[in-house]
Amino acid sequence: MTEKSCSGGASHRALKLNSRSRRRRITEKIFRGSGAGALVLALAALALLFISIVGRAAPVFFQYFVRVPIEFSADVLDPGGARLAASLAAGDYTALVRRGLAVLFPEVADRSGRRKLFRLVSDGAVFELRERVLEEPDWIGQQREIQLLLSDEADLYFKSKPRGADSLAHAGPNSLAHIGLDADQIAWLESLRAQGRVSRSLNLAFFRAGDSREPELAGIGGAFVGSLLTLAVTFLLSFPLGGGAAIYLEEFARKNRFTDWIEVSINNLAAVPSIVFGLLGLAIFLNVFGMPRSAPLAGGCVLALMTLPTLVIAARAALLSVPGSVREAALALGASPVQVVMHHVFPLALPGILTGTIIGMARALGETAPLLMIGMVAFIADIPRSLSEPATVLPVQIFLWADSPERAFVAKTAAATLVLLAFLVVMNLGAVLLRKKFERRW
Amino acid sequence: MVTNENKLREQREAEPRQGTPVVAKFAVRDLGVVYGEVQALCGVNLDVPTYRVTALIGPSGCGKSTFLRCLNRMNDVIEGCRVTGKVALDELDIYDPAVDVARLRTRVGMVFQKPNPFPKSIYDNVAYGPRIHGLARKQSELDEIVEASLVRAGLWSEVKDRLHDAGTSLSGGQQQRLCIARAIAVNPEVILMDEPCSALDPIATARIEALLSELRTNYTLIIVTHSMQQAARVSQQTAFFHLGVMVEVGETGKIFTNPRDARTRDYITGRFG
Repeated sequence: MTEKSCSGGASHRALKLNSRSRRRRITEKIFRGSGAGALVLALAALALLFISIVGRAAPVFFQYFVRVPIEFSADVLDPGGARLAASLAAGDYTALVRRGLAVLFPEVADRSGRRKLFRLVSDGAVFELRERVLEEPDWIGQQREIQLLLSDEADLYFKSKPRGADSLAHAGPNSLAHIGLDADQIAWLESLRAQGRVSRSLNLAFFRAGDSREPELAGIGGAFVGSLLTLAVTFLLSFPLGGGAAIYLEEFARKNRFTDWIEVSINNLAAVPSIVFGLLGLAIFLNVFGMPRSAPLAGGCVLALMTLPTLVIAARAALLSVPGSVREAALALGASPVQVVMHHVFPLALPGILTGTIIGMARALGETAPLLMIGMVAFIADIPRSLSEPATVLPVQIFLWADSPERAFVAKTAAATLVLLAFLVVMNLGAVLLRKKFERRW
Repeated sequence: MVTNENKLREQREAEPRQGTPVVAKFAVRDLGVVYGEVQALCGVNLDVPTYRVTALIGPSGCGKSTFLRCLNRMNDVIEGCRVTGKVALDELDIYDPAVDVARLRTRVGMVFQKPNPFPKSIYDNVAYGPRIHGLARKQSELDEIVEASLVRAGLWSEVKDRLHDAGTSLSGGQQQRLCIARAIAVNPEVILMDEPCSALDPIATARIEALLSELRTNYTLIIVTHSMQQAARVSQQTAFFHLGVMVEVGETGKIFTNPRDARTRDYITGRFG
């Protein structure tokens, strides 16, 4: 009876509700759709970025070599015959390479032609020959077939024409003008290829070597180690300092005007442009404390300054999210305030603090502007071995290569970007794993 | 119904410590608490008898929790909170500047409204207090303390096979008993309970209440409760708080059957609050 009357009344109401609910459903659909659309757009942009970077970077990971018969004649390398390391090191290895190439192309007789021919082989090949001879002095007096690294132009030519001479005919000589080779050189390279003297191998040197003016020799190793050292300094400074400051402010400091002022200052510092921290570092770390210029130590200190505000804010938020009931429980058991923090609050807040640290470190990893001021934007060929040696970092290396005129640096730039991204991913992965390890539910 | 309750209560009261003189564990004199500008508690005088359950009742915001937290100085951590008057625990003025608050809290334990086990294992929850106070020299001693505390809290049989599971994996009632075991582990003289059953279902509540009458043989208990039935069931002394003043204190039976003050009568008969 009552049910009947209820349903009768309800059907009337249900109609009225329907137009409203339809409108509501449409709004909801639009909202959800635009959210999904934004996600798809972002993913597409990311995919595009990755495809373009990987596509550009791929040629870097292998290199072309040419096999040349080298006569290790004693009169060039070791006129005295003493086979001393010092005299061997001073030998004329350039001449060896020249002679080797001249044997392959006896028809090239004039001086400028020889020079053009010699330019096909990398300068690094000469240094490598010396290293090998110093390792194996027995080679002197022998003739051997040696793999020599090609110059960046020759390398680029083979990378753009991996098939053979027939593709050259279609393309015409003009399309290769931008590489920087003339028709003679291309003809020589093709003849080398026809003789089966050209080979390709993996370019592991890219990961080991430092920077170089010669694109075929330049590697990311120096910048990678520099980034690693700089970030180590940043982490070692900012994590204890930032964590400590956050713990003190959140757990122990009395709330008064002074701490309010500190809080406002920290929030403001987080928004200060990073180059200002670079200026501060120049003024304080280099001029007052006399830290070495261009060194990971100074760079790490500057980046730590820049990271600290973000870290303190994130750490305070993490501490604040630890429920008060945990503090009360420990206090009621007679734990001292320091014990409460060390045994309970800090371990519970640690995942959050780590997240904040990683966000800060990721920002520090990608930063170039503050390092500009302390001289880390410089051409550094050696891989840094300590915190006080000159170094550069990955983003700076990317900038330097992007700025270089040689075409082969385009691929290097993309490859360095890939390395930077991989570094970031590994760092974030580490943070996620650490967080998983420390995370506890309450 | 009420007389039936009373009979039961009298029987229970007669059992444990017959003949022992009732000594005041806490002697509170003219206690006042101010939070910033707000007077939360004013002129409270109360003696808490040893080995008895004292219930604090009254409407929300009347100051009973504040009073409870004065007894182990948990109000110290609240900023802007000032306490006046005198609270003596066995003749010791606990607001004396020379008093070590951490030591005081080992003598006066506390159980909170919401079960708040640490996010650690059951074992570590109970062992935490003994560990920080160095109560056990060897692992075996610590094991004994943990077992004894869990037995007393009536939780041992339920958790003895999973001592290293998370304390938070237990049910609400079990968590609250774990918190009681944790408080017992440091061997306190007094246990303060701030509405220990308000987050529990009736069955878990009944278990805790049964536990209270057992604990009374070894500890002095003070319990804040919103349930007057609970106060009548578990306590021997009841104090009624209203608007920051302690209106009336007396034997539980008297308070519930024959209150002197009109406000008490109105409250327990449900006319306000």
